[in-house]
Amino acid sequence: MWDYTDKVMDHFRHPRNVGTIEHPDGKATVGSLACGDALTFMFRLGPDGRIAEAKFQTFGCASAVASSSALTEMVIGKTLEEAEKITNKEIADYLGGLPDQKMHCSVMGREALEAAIHNYRTGEENVVQVNDEIVCTCFGVSRAEIERVTRENHLHTVEEVTNYCKAGGGCGMCRDRIQEIVDEVNHAQAAAPAPAKPAKKMTTLQKIKLIEQTLEEQVRPVLRKDGGDVELVDVDGDTVRIAFRGMCAGCRSAAITRDNLIATALHEFVDPAIEVVTE
Amino acid sequence: MSDVPVVYLDNNATTRPAPEVVEAMLPFLTEQWGNPSSMHAFGGRVAKPVAEARERVAAFVNAERPEEIVFEGCATEADNHALFGVAAAWGRPGTIITSRVEHPAILGPCLRLREMGHRVVEIGVDGEGRFDMAAYEAALAAHPGPKLVSVMWANNETGVVFPIKRIAELGKAAGATVHTDAVQAAGKEPLDVREAPVDLLTIAGHKMHAPKGIGMLYVRRGTRIKPFVIGGHQERGRRGGTENVPYIIGLAKACDLAQQALTDGTEERMRRLRDKLQAGLLASCPDSRVNGGGAARVSNTLNISFEYIEGESVLYHLSDLGICASSGSACAAGSLEPSHVIRAMGVPFTAVHGSIRFSLSRYTTEEEIDYVLAHCPEVVAEMRAISPFVKR
Repeated sequence: MWDYTDKVMDHFRHPRNVGTIEHPDGKATVGSLACGDALTFMFRLGPDGRIAEAKFQTFGCASAVASSSALTEMVIGKTLEEAEKITNKEIADYLGGLPDQKMHCSVMGREALEAAIHNYRTGEENVVQVNDEIVCTCFGVSRAEIERVTRENHLHTVEEVTNYCKAGGGCGMCRDRIQEIVDEVNHAQAAAPAPAKPAKKMTTLQKIKLIEQTLEEQVRPVLRKDGGDVELVDVDGDTVRIAFRGMCAGCRSAAITRDNLIATALHEFVDPAIEVVTE
Repeated sequence: MSDVPVVYLDNNATTRPAPEVVEAMLPFLTEQWGNPSSMHAFGGRVAKPVAEARERVAAFVNAERPEEIVFEGCATEADNHALFGVAAAWGRPGTIITSRVEHPAILGPCLRLREMGHRVVEIGVDGEGRFDMAAYEAALAAHPGPKLVSVMWANNETGVVFPIKRIAELGKAAGATVHTDAVQAAGKEPLDVREAPVDLLTIAGHKMHAPKGIGMLYVRRGTRIKPFVIGGHQERGRRGGTENVPYIIGLAKACDLAQQALTDGTEERMRRLRDKLQAGLLASCPDSRVNGGGAARVSNTLNISFEYIEGESVLYHLSDLGICASSGSACAAGSLEPSHVIRAMGVPFTAVHGSIRFSLSRYTTEEEIDYVLAHCPEVVAEMRAISPFVKR
């Protein structure tokens, strides 16, 4: 069984605000039967401009029901400007946390809230912009959505993105593309004057060992599937020089592999300042 | 929750160890703990009970000789042994013909064998989960070179029984080695390797009232197969590792009891209770469908989809009532994709995520079935009351 908090189980067993509102001010449905979870969320504003009533109907697992129920409790009494600031993380925190693989339930709650507010303001039923790139066709997840969950939840891997918005959880064809998007978001954030994590002080020898270990554990198993390999040539400060071997040598997608796989792994496990260059 | 009765209807996941099995095992965990290979009387004393156990397990599958029985650590190991052991004996690339609805213990090794350069052909099923015999015959004819057929006897999720006798006969006629994972059939269908001429057959102790941690691979005499767990001389060199004596004794006892249940009316009683549960749920829960209901099924399994609701939610509510079941829903499996078996059957998407599996055992009582029939419809109605897809 999942390690659900008591609060999740309470909201699942006794969901608050289930049902519909006869003439809602804003209403939206996100998700679908095929995707395995869906949420219809609606609200009515009071004379003071605050959400006086919020209702939901959910098709989904225990954490989807609990996230929907929590959402309604959280928004009642808020102005729309206050409500639209609610993040998926706040929904999860309200429930005392969700298992990693269930974070997408909290994202579904936030999406439904936004879509319902959008519906109130514009009368439109759909917030997905038509010119937005759909990255994951299995679950219909757009580039903008992937960028957003990545940014708001400090995600680094495809697996994390899948946990948060399901993208990449179906056929898996889009996983490389998701990694590119995640890397772009993280590079942009690294470039911004964000509060940087204090780098761990390592001796050069420790650093080389850690790089070698990371290559062995994270990178080589992937390359070897395609008959390739990578060799650590030199480490000079933050510059890591590597060489591709086997099928990887001279391969046009090797550059992409380097950027995605190796840089990501080294940034995550060794030092975010590392720059990877090839021979 | 401790005051709620436990109604255990998840016997395709694991079963209660029979008290007779535990009792038979105990002396081998307390006084007779020697190693059967030892050159002293204390160890040697357990060699005879192990030999007798082998004979009884051989009788359970109607094997010609006890030496055809290889005890393994679990059914997954036995399946790995069958697939990798046969492919290793080929010494060159060959073809593995399997089905799209196999257990991960087969699908996983097949994926690896494909990476190793072998061809893997997966045979599909129809809407009721029935094996596509025409596609199978075509696959047997299409691929020259060494061939291994590995097709399950009964499906763990739906209980659908495949025509193993015919599959084995056709496979043998085409020169293939034939394996069947009979884990979900053991104790529910008569297993007879003379009637259904498979070369290799897997069973698991814990699916038939022995404990977890013991499996068996039947290896027909003359089958070319290499060991998978490589070590000592045990099991005539086919599976290294000191014999798990208490569990071997336990498995043999479980086989005796299973054989008895097949002939003394116990298995029929189980089928009657399953059918009662099925009819009752279909009558009390509209918009429900039985997955595999149109096919031949083992006596203990009911896979039912309640449309417009999601399986994990149903399981948690049932669990609060003390009812243990399982689901092919994505969420319950910890993945985003629902069960590969249910998808392979082309179950409509309104029903895919709401599939619930009830699996009975010979310990299931009529009172327990009545308890489920009294409470499950409430749970379904409650989940539907909060579902956005139910037309009101």
